[in-house]
Amino acid sequence: MAGSNHSHDAAHPEAAHADHGSTKSYLIGFALSVLLTLASFGVVMSGAVPHELMMPGIVLFGVAQLVVQLVCFLHMGTSPSQRGNLAIMLFTLLILAIVVVGSLWVLHNMNVNMMHPTSQMMPVE
Amino acid sequence: MSSTALSASHGAFDDVAHGGGEHHHHDDGSKTLLGFWIYLMSDCLIFSGLFATFAVLANATAGGPSGKELFELPYVLGETMLLLVSSVTFGMAMLNMHAGRKGQLLAWLAVTFVFGAGFIGMEVHEFAKLIQEGAGPDRSAFLSSYFTLVGTHGLHVTCGLIWLVVMMDMVRRHGLNDATRRRLSCLSLFWHFLDIVWICVFTFVYLRGAI
Repeated sequence: MAGSNHSHDAAHPEAAHADHGSTKSYLIGFALSVLLTLASFGVVMSGAVPHELMMPGIVLFGVAQLVVQLVCFLHMGTSPSQRGNLAIMLFTLLILAIVVVGSLWVLHNMNVNMMHPTSQMMPVE
Repeated sequence: MSSTALSASHGAFDDVAHGGGEHHHHDDGSKTLLGFWIYLMSDCLIFSGLFATFAVLANATAGGPSGKELFELPYVLGETMLLLVSSVTFGMAMLNMHAGRKGQLLAWLAVTFVFGAGFIGMEVHEFAKLIQEGAGPDRSAFLSSYFTLVGTHGLHVTCGLIWLVVMMDMVRRHGLNDATRRRLSCLSLFWHFLDIVWICVFTFVYLRGAI
């Protein structure tokens, strides 16, 4: 087992180990994630934040944590080995935005423009 | 993208040139990982559909309980911490895998399994409690979409736990070779990806629901 490990490592130069991260990068990612999670829950649970600032607050902390985990845990970046993955992810985010924002937009418009069913049904008698 | 395609065809050419020898210098699993990444992104689209459905139906409670009445945020914070810790312990496992330390790899994978199983346990308990309270998926469109979205995530984590057990047995039997390293790298992507989906779940389902 040890022998085969050795030949494996020898076959791959340092470049192959470039984007595996380190103990330090994982611990930094963990610490930031814990802080951002507590911040997100704190915004809603503490009661210290004005109601209209809650939604922007949790979205801000949520997106920040997404970025932290993508960089620290999934090793996303602009290095040549990650560029393909990054391009695929950005394209996915575009589709995702179209699906989610499009659904909300279209259905909100529909709800606003629909005649209210109960007020229509009443005077039919 | 074009650079990936180029290096892929270059790698294939090299394999032919080496006569498909025992040591595939260029087959370090990067093509498998790229393919797995594309799968994860398509999975992301499934979740985007479920998130969109939930967002549209979030207020359709049909006179039943709303998220504000049902969700217990301290409990959800506990679930979140379990999944977050399991993500980091998986990272530790991967570092030990790259260093070739089989024993420590297996130990960290076992720790990851415990935290992941704890998360699933808490989620199943939460679902059972909701259904007991009469707030099951059949109560309202809001609860149907809630159970579908959170349940799909839980199903993914459960699949990850099964995969984790399979990989632990595989590493124990066959040791660390190219195949087990490649599969563990895929599982690592899968596990971290599920933690990222969970960030969206607790932000847009639980916290938004409690506002």
